[in-house]
Parts: sequence; structure tokens; C-alpha cells
Amino acid sequence: MSTPSQKGQLSRDEVAHLAHLARLAVTDEELDLFAGQLAAVLDAVAQVGKAAVEDVTPTTHAVPMTNVVREDVARPSLPRDVVLAGAPAAEDGRFRVPRILGEEA
Amino acid sequence: MSAINSDVTSMNVDELQAALADGATSVDVTRAYLDRIEATDGELRAYLHVDPEAALARAAEIDAAGDKSGLAGVPVALKDVVVTEGVPTTSGSKILEGWKPPYDATVAARLKAAGTVLLGKTNMDEFAMGSSTEHSAYGVTRNPWDPERIPGGSSGGSSAAVAGGLAPWAIGTDTGGSIRQPAALTGLVGHKPTYGSVSRFGLIAFSSSLDQAGPMARTVLDAALLHEAIGGHDPLDSTSIDAPLPVLVECARRGADGDLSGLRVGVVRELGGDGHADGYEDGVLESFRAGVARLESMGAEVREVSCPAFDLALAAYYLIAPSEASSNLARFDGVRYGLRVGDDGARDLDEVMALTREQGFGAEVKRRIILGTYALSSGYYEAYYGQAQKVRTLISRDFSAAFDDVDVLVSPTTPTVAFPLGARVDDPIAMYAADLCTLPASLAGVPAISVPSGLSEGLPVGFQIMAPALADDRCYRVAAALEAALTADRGDRGFLDQLAARQGSAS
Repeated sequence: MSTPSQKGQLSRDEVAHLAHLARLAVTDEELDLFAGQLAAVLDAVAQVGKAAVEDVTPTTHAVPMTNVVREDVARPSLPRDVVLAGAPAAEDGRFRVPRILGEEA
Repeated sequence: MSAINSDVTSMNVDELQAALADGATSVDVTRAYLDRIEATDGELRAYLHVDPEAALARAAEIDAAGDKSGLAGVPVALKDVVVTEGVPTTSGSKILEGWKPPYDATVAARLKAAGTVLLGKTNMDEFAMGSSTEHSAYGVTRNPWDPERIPGGSSGGSSAAVAGGLAPWAIGTDTGGSIRQPAALTGLVGHKPTYGSVSRFGLIAFSSSLDQAGPMARTVLDAALLHEAIGGHDPLDSTSIDAPLPVLVECARRGADGDLSGLRVGVVRELGGDGHADGYEDGVLESFRAGVARLESMGAEVREVSCPAFDLALAAYYLIAPSEASSNLARFDGVRYGLRVGDDGARDLDEVMALTREQGFGAEVKRRIILGTYALSSGYYEAYYGQAQKVRTLISRDFSAAFDDVDVLVSPTTPTVAFPLGARVDDPIAMYAADLCTLPASLAGVPAISVPSGLSEGLPVGFQIMAPALADDRCYRVAAALEAALTADRGDRGFLDQLAARQGSAS
């Protein structure tokens, strides 16, 4: 299923690398499936390359706006217990996160 | 007046308002919908969450307050992408299973303040990524017109609920067509507002530069009523436009008078016209052309318009939306809310995150995250994401040039009628093609409405009307004119009468 790495195609290894970057622990079956499907999608979206875009500025947003600010006034935030009620794990009034340091650290 | 009868679930909202003003109670109206949900949602699966006790308690509260004005006491369904305080909200994903948001989206808060009664949360493609609702983590929703077919997507729970009489109207969201396409495939009116004119605060983000919430309803007038209730500036959404909403309900009423003299209508060649009809069904194009002829008969001046960059809308959209999604969905990291998998003390944060996302996300979401990660990665950014953003500019320019000469642009809403369940679910490219006609307006941020134009092979066909930014009123005016004319031609009360007749003859 492995395809050579060139623009417009995605190899199985590249999909695995991208999945890692996106923190997705994909399975072998998914890698096989996605590599083929994403190669087809990339072929389709590569059509954007056909457009003549010299002197064309990119549109990031349909409504041009810059630096939208609100008044610098303190507002109440959500109560802590209400927010922590939705957390997968909480301890001592805080989010409890998984281990972030290695054994040797 | 005596308690309302079972016909309540086939009433338009303006009729419901009249019944409520005339003495019907919100409890009776709400119960009629809950009964219908109980009876038919086992098969349709339009809803992900219904809490009958809460809905009836809320209706009783509205009745007790005695407010008979506006939307007070009218039930509504919300797509599950809209966060609702204390009410489970999943966005169609396992990663948010069981989550109860601590706040209301602005759309939900405004409907609550208007006195509406929340019936429930509707099914959708996971994180709104899909065109059939088959990518929901909680099972498929069926089309009331034919249970073996899709109800469209991603707002397919909302479309099935309204078409099936399980809600008088519903909120959908539209990123590339997710209001208009399901509305078209179920015989409803669906409107994607001008980008920035309805608050995104509290919508679970998919593609932030494209997402818009809007109405899905039985009639153009109902859609305008719902749009007015949710629209307008919101300081909690920094992309919200600080301008008054155009008057929509009045425009829908005036449009129904049927005088379109002086209106300039452009038929977009690239969306089903000569040389661009590949993938379009004959029945859809016939219905569309008949709709255009009907506009002409009401005095509209029709001409063909070419928007060459629209040919690249699909390619640009499927780079921009996945790119933004790959960034937006980074927030689902198993730390602050939702699912966490594999946190056994041995695995570190990165591993737990990767396992959580692996188990929490479905295939289409993973595909789009990977595609977006690729399109944004160094070395490919300019060729893909950067180029797509420039194509987006070209599409906006085509709209601007067209609107120099015409007041509205029209096209079919979808290339085909509702396709069978399972037909495209394993073929992303075929699925994406369902959005062909709706993508240009999304990318340019302009308003677009879908209104039924007829049936093809017994299934609804949608007619799309696009207008310049902030001219949503034009969409409603023209849609109302077409709706009124076609209703008069058929001699019924409205498009969904045909579904009732079909169900009546089938049972």
C-alpha cells in the first residue's frame, strides 16, 4: 500500500507521521484505509493549483476585521466547580492531567 | 378554545402562534410533539437527546407566565453542535459523550429568552463533517420521505425532525452547505445567513471562518421568523457584524405577493448549466429550470451568469475547512472535558491524548484532521492552504462581479435528490460532491437560501437563491415568491402536504 512520496500523494508512512503530529493513535487498518482515501482527496483538492493567482491576495475571512477588542472590564467567569464537573479528572479544585514527565525525570 | 388536536405537528409556526394566542397551551403543543417523537423517532432517529419532563415543565412555566406574544411557548429543536447549559451536547461525537455544557450558546440563549421550549438536540455528522448524517457516532438518521435514504447533512437530524413533524422548526449550522443541503433533500426551507450575522458563540467550532447557524423550517415565513430571533450582533463573538439585521419577516410576507418585476436574476452556468452538468440529475435540473421560468413569469429578468472560479470551490473548501478543523479540534485533548482514555499512571500526556482522540473521533473526523495537518505543514502550506485562500478571493470576486449586474444568483441546491443510505459513506470524494452547489456562498460568506422547487422521482428538490453579503432579505423575498407561486400551482397548503399525502397512502 506504500506509495512513493511526491506531491499529490500520501504514503502510509506520511499518514502515520501526520497522525502522530495530530496526536491520533491510528491503527494499521486505518493507515491502509486513509492512505488510499487521502491520496484520492489530495488529487481532487490539488485542482486549486490550476487557478491563476498572481497578485491575488488570500482571503482568511469573509468579513475583514482587525483587532476586535472589548472594554477592559473584569467580568465574572464560570464557577470553578461547574467547570470541573465536566472534566475527566479533577483534584484539589484543579484539572488533573496525565503524567507529563518521564520516569527518569 | 379546546385543547389542540393531533394536527398540531403539521402546523406552520405562524399557525402555532395563532393557536397559542387563541388559547391553546404550550403544554398541549409541546406534548403533541413529544408524542410524535415517542411514536416515530425510534425509526427516524432524528434526536440524540429528548427530555420530555424538562420540556413539559418549561412549557408549563411559559403558560403560567401568561405571555402569548412572539415565540412564547413555541417548541424548537437544536442541532447538537449548539451548546446548551445542563443539557447533554455531543456534536455527534463520542469524545463529548455525557458532557453537560456549563453555559448556553448565544443562539440557544436568545431562543430561551424569547420563550421557546427546547424539545431536544438533533443528530448530525460528527463535528458537522459530512453531507448525510451517516458520520454521526450515534447512528444514522432516516429521511421521512424514504427511510432507506439519507436526510442530508450535516444537519440531518434537524431536517428529519422538521420534515417528519417532530419539531415545528429547528436550528442547523452550515459550513459548506449543512443547512441548505439537508433542507433541500427533505423538502424544507433552510437559510445560511451572511457570515457574521448570527453569533457563533457556543457553537462547537468546525471551520471558524465558514460556520454559521441558521433556520430550518416548513416555510419561508417561518425561517424568517426564526432567523430574526437568533440574528444580530453579539459582543461574545468577535467576528459578529455590528450592523442591524435586515427586516426579514416583512420581506417574506411581501415576497409572497408574487411581484418580482424589476428583479434581476442570474443563473450560474458553473452550477449545473451548459458544460457543467456532470453529476447533476436530469430531474433536478428540470425542476430547477421550471423554478427559474416561474420567477420569470412573476416579472423577474433572468440571464445566465458565469462565475469561473466556482469550478474550484470544492477543491478550495476541502483544503480550508479541514485545515481550520485540524486546529479547532486540537482542543479535544482529554484534559478539560469529555473522554479520557488510557490514563493509567504509566502512560504520559501525549499517549493519553493520542489514545483519547483515536477512540473519541470517527473515521471522517480523523481523515480531515490528517488532511488539514498536511495542508498546513511547511513545504505544502503555500501549494495547498495558501493557494486555496487565494481561490477563495477569486470566488468572492466572481460574486462581486455578478452582483454588479444581477440582484440574486440562483442554482440547484444539490446536484441530486437524497441518495440511499450507505451509497457514499466509504467514498469521501462522492460524499463531498453533494456540497458542490452550496460551497461558493460559504466561501464568500454571502447569504443563501434553499426553497423546495418540486419533486424528482418522488423526492424533494431544492432551489438555491444567493444574495450579496447582508442582503439576506433578498433571499427571503425571492424564496417566498417562488414558494407562494408553486403552492398556488399545486393547490395545496404547502410543500410538506405532499409528504403527508405520501405517508397517508403508504400506511
